[in-house]
Amino acid sequence: MPTIGNAQIKLLEKLCNASAVSGDEGQVRRIVLEELDGHAQDIRVDALGNVLAHCRGSGVKRLRVMLSAHMDEVGMMLVEDEGDGLFRFEIVGNIDVRQLPGKAVLVGKENLPGVIGARPIHLTTTEELKHNIPLEDLRIDIGPGGGKVKPGDRAVFATRFQRNGPVLIAKALDDRFGIATLLELVKNSLPNIDLLAAFTVQEEIGLRGAKVAAFTFEPDLGIAVDATPSYDLPDWEAEENISYNTKLGLGPAIYIGDSATLYDPRLVRWMADTSKASGIPCQFRQPGSGGTDAGAIHRSRAGIPSLTISVPHRYSHTAASVARLDDWKNTFALLHAALTRLTPTVLAAERA
Amino acid sequence: MTDILPFLKSLLSTPGLSGYEDSAADLIAARWAPLVHKISRGKLGSLHGLRHGSGKGPHPSVMIATHMDAIGLMVTGIVDGFLRITQVGGVDPRVLPGTLVTVYATRAGQRSIPGVVVLPPGRLLPPDIGINPVPLEYLFVDSGLPPQRVADQVNIGDIVSYAQSPLELSGETLAGHSLDNRASVAALTVCLEELHSRSHLWDVWAVATAQEEIGLSGAIGSTFELHPSLAIAVDVTFAKGPGASDWRTSPLGKGPTLCMGPNIHPALFKAVQSLADKLEIPYGLEYAPRHTGTDGFAIQVIAEGIPTLVMGIPLRYMHTPVEVVAMKDIQRAGRLLAEFVAGLQPDFMEKITWDN
Amino acid sequence: MKELIEKLTETFSPSGYEAAIRAVIHKEIKPLADEIHVDAMGNLIARKGSKTKTGLRLMLAGHMDEIGLMATHIDEHGFIRFTGLGGIRPQALTGGRVRFMDGTPGVINSDRLTDLSKVPTLDQCFIDVGASSRKECPVMLGDVCAFERPFNDLGNRMIAKSMDDRIGCAVMIEALRVLRGSPHEIFFVFTTQEEVGTRGAATSAFGVDPDLGLSIDVTGTGDTPRGSKMEVGLGKGPAVKVKDGGMLADPRIINWMIRTADKAKIPCQREILEGGTTDARSIQVARSGVPVGCLSIPTRYIHSPSEMVDTEDVLNAVKLLVALLSAPVAL
Repeated sequence: MPTIGNAQIKLLEKLCNASAVSGDEGQVRRIVLEELDGHAQDIRVDALGNVLAHCRGSGVKRLRVMLSAHMDEVGMMLVEDEGDGLFRFEIVGNIDVRQLPGKAVLVGKENLPGVIGARPIHLTTTEELKHNIPLEDLRIDIGPGGGKVKPGDRAVFATRFQRNGPVLIAKALDDRFGIATLLELVKNSLPNIDLLAAFTVQEEIGLRGAKVAAFTFEPDLGIAVDATPSYDLPDWEAEENISYNTKLGLGPAIYIGDSATLYDPRLVRWMADTSKASGIPCQFRQPGSGGTDAGAIHRSRAGIPSLTISVPHRYSHTAASVARLDDWKNTFALLHAALTRLTPTVLAAERA
Repeated sequence: MTDILPFLKSLLSTPGLSGYEDSAADLIAARWAPLVHKISRGKLGSLHGLRHGSGKGPHPSVMIATHMDAIGLMVTGIVDGFLRITQVGGVDPRVLPGTLVTVYATRAGQRSIPGVVVLPPGRLLPPDIGINPVPLEYLFVDSGLPPQRVADQVNIGDIVSYAQSPLELSGETLAGHSLDNRASVAALTVCLEELHSRSHLWDVWAVATAQEEIGLSGAIGSTFELHPSLAIAVDVTFAKGPGASDWRTSPLGKGPTLCMGPNIHPALFKAVQSLADKLEIPYGLEYAPRHTGTDGFAIQVIAEGIPTLVMGIPLRYMHTPVEVVAMKDIQRAGRLLAEFVAGLQPDFMEKITWDN
Repeated sequence: MKELIEKLTETFSPSGYEAAIRAVIHKEIKPLADEIHVDAMGNLIARKGSKTKTGLRLMLAGHMDEIGLMATHIDEHGFIRFTGLGGIRPQALTGGRVRFMDGTPGVINSDRLTDLSKVPTLDQCFIDVGASSRKECPVMLGDVCAFERPFNDLGNRMIAKSMDDRIGCAVMIEALRVLRGSPHEIFFVFTTQEEVGTRGAATSAFGVDPDLGLSIDVTGTGDTPRGSKMEVGLGKGPAVKVKDGGMLADPRIINWMIRTADKAKIPCQREILEGGTTDARSIQVARSGVPVGCLSIPTRYIHSPSEMVDTEDVLNAVKLLVALLSAPVAL
């Protein structure tokens, strides 16, 4: 029975430590291509940079199942060289500007170290302290020697992956969790389905890679494998936190609806039933905001029944996300178990 | 000239928060041991290293003070596995969200637990906070560990330090946390190395003070105990950079600064300045109309008063986890200190007059 | 001990004018101490014991002064304008009663406010002693007064004004009474002018020149409705201070105090106080520096006229202090 072990954790570490800002996913694409080699037929890179791979099954009446995970992460782009090693920059994707000051970053293809400093508190007035430091006032500083970076280069948080017992702390768990999970599924692909693996680009800036990948694949159903936020922190007033989205420790999160997709209830049931039958824990993500590649997939061509299943993690889109290893292990296990018992009868009844 | 970078990087990798400086003191003591004749600790934890002047004593003494303590955070409460925190020293809460930290837990033996400072979503906070900067009391430290484990391992009062490893940036600059004031400790170490191969007539007290960030406590006690004739406080000062360009700032990489103002004895200032000019060591001028915000402010008014100089090492992004300093400035400061000390004559105190 | 606490808290002695409380405390400790003297700042300094081979010179500091008010102007109708001595909470003023050092009682009220949702500032308040004119008014510029409230014994809890820090003084007096031998030379210092900047502690520490200092003072709690998020609460034992707004306790002293409490099975709590500080800060920077800690009595509503403590916490504070003083200091 395939499972997430040390080799898979090592691969996740490699993926999290690589830099792949939306539109510039090369470092992760390289790792994905290396890992796929020998495990899939038809591996190709499309016009946007998506990696598409086809694992043909062997049974009759196989469902064509598209699984999608995005290679890109939120980050920054240098936009102006002010000399003395200081660069103006813009945000690529969604990052709360309050998360930027005081962070170390890696810039450009060579991962040159830099810092996003802030004006010392001693030189800041009490009035200024009441306001966030605006993006226009922040700079990436690579040191006065200058270097081989220039406007257009991307920058990511410099956080290195670490594991402390049951806890994983890293940047870009969204969505390296999905990438690592999808790679493991390809390596253990099942004969009862045609697994169409899409390692997509530019999810963070509008689900753009998934849109074209879905059109190319024309699958029978689509599953996005992503990482979703957990806001399971104490409420200040110490009342119950009623908007936690998902919680760490409760296993993979099955989506019912987000702001981009109302998920196919047949697929939701299929996943929930698998959980019950197999004893692998799962939780339901609170409906509401957010979106995944499924948002683009389910609207492709004449429509594609879709689902998202995600690993819960805290502090998405910040320098350091926090997650539990068990939640990732269970996400892979549940997906694999569900795909094992997937037959066309899942979609036999009308969508209801 | 020895490469001081490895020593500095090792200092930046130890917490040594104000009041809890032992780990830093041990590293510094080990490095200073071959360079001084005597090492001791003050009552509040400051590290004192003594180099005797040559020839028969007693000799007048000069004290060079650099604070070894760093700012950081401290656990004030534990809620569902999340840690409430307060500051140790001046921390701008606006740079904290998403910062990696290490919790030095003591409840079940000593453990270093990695964690991150967390900005709760607006809906979990009082309504008037929203998207504005969130004050420190609303932030948490999250280790990701299950709540029972946290309750078993962490005590209220455990210290939390930044976990940013030092980064070498271009132009021989170094980025990291607690370069305030480990950069100056490195400069003092460069000075001691240089003095080790020269003779000097005055006694030299190299003091790595404790608790500067919490009211200059270590400097107060050490100065009273050692009672030097002269004192030089070396601390980091504001370097020109993003958001910092006015008269209070000095260029990065163009040498240490010499400070002038009521906290500094003008004759002492003149003596060091002429020496720097003579030796062509680049330096900047810094103006402190009132207090210098350094150990020097306390030192000057201990006992009968002590002629004091304040030397600065320019630093960007002070009190953030990514402070930046130029290695050249550290070397120059160390050299200027050594040259000044080596040149001190027995009658220097008589030359410290007020009106020429 | 409750009679002692009642006597201490119902005495009027604001910062700088501690004669009355000094006399009360002096009477209590005279039969107990080896030597007593009063220094230039009015600190009451009592020595007990001499330093043995395993002992240290310890200084304990509990402040005798309380917050109060000082007259700045008597207007022509006999109303008294004032300034504060120590941290005065404007919310606690209107309608309060005060007592001047000569026994004159008065009531505090304020100018008429157009916006009733606002709290009057100190400038907008005055004291009325019932006089009709400046000439008739028994109070003069510079006279001082303290708040007046009776001591209330609720059994498990006690309420009074100036629990800060008469409760600390009471704990020290009681410990001195109960102490049966010690290897240390202990200076029980009842300090002055803490509320205006721990001034008495600074000078007395210079004079005593101790090896180690402990302040015995109140600390806040986080156990009232929508209160601060402080972990300290009433009924969980005396508190061992880790940090407050002005100082960091020596970590070796923190551990020594907690180990002693655990060994003697006395409940205690770890304390971090966000605002405020104690005499320990001034002791810490005396001369060559002094390692310090603080034994705190958890108290609700500090600097209001009605401060509340838990009876068991107070008794346990005495027990812990005695345990600390009775044995060599193991740092």
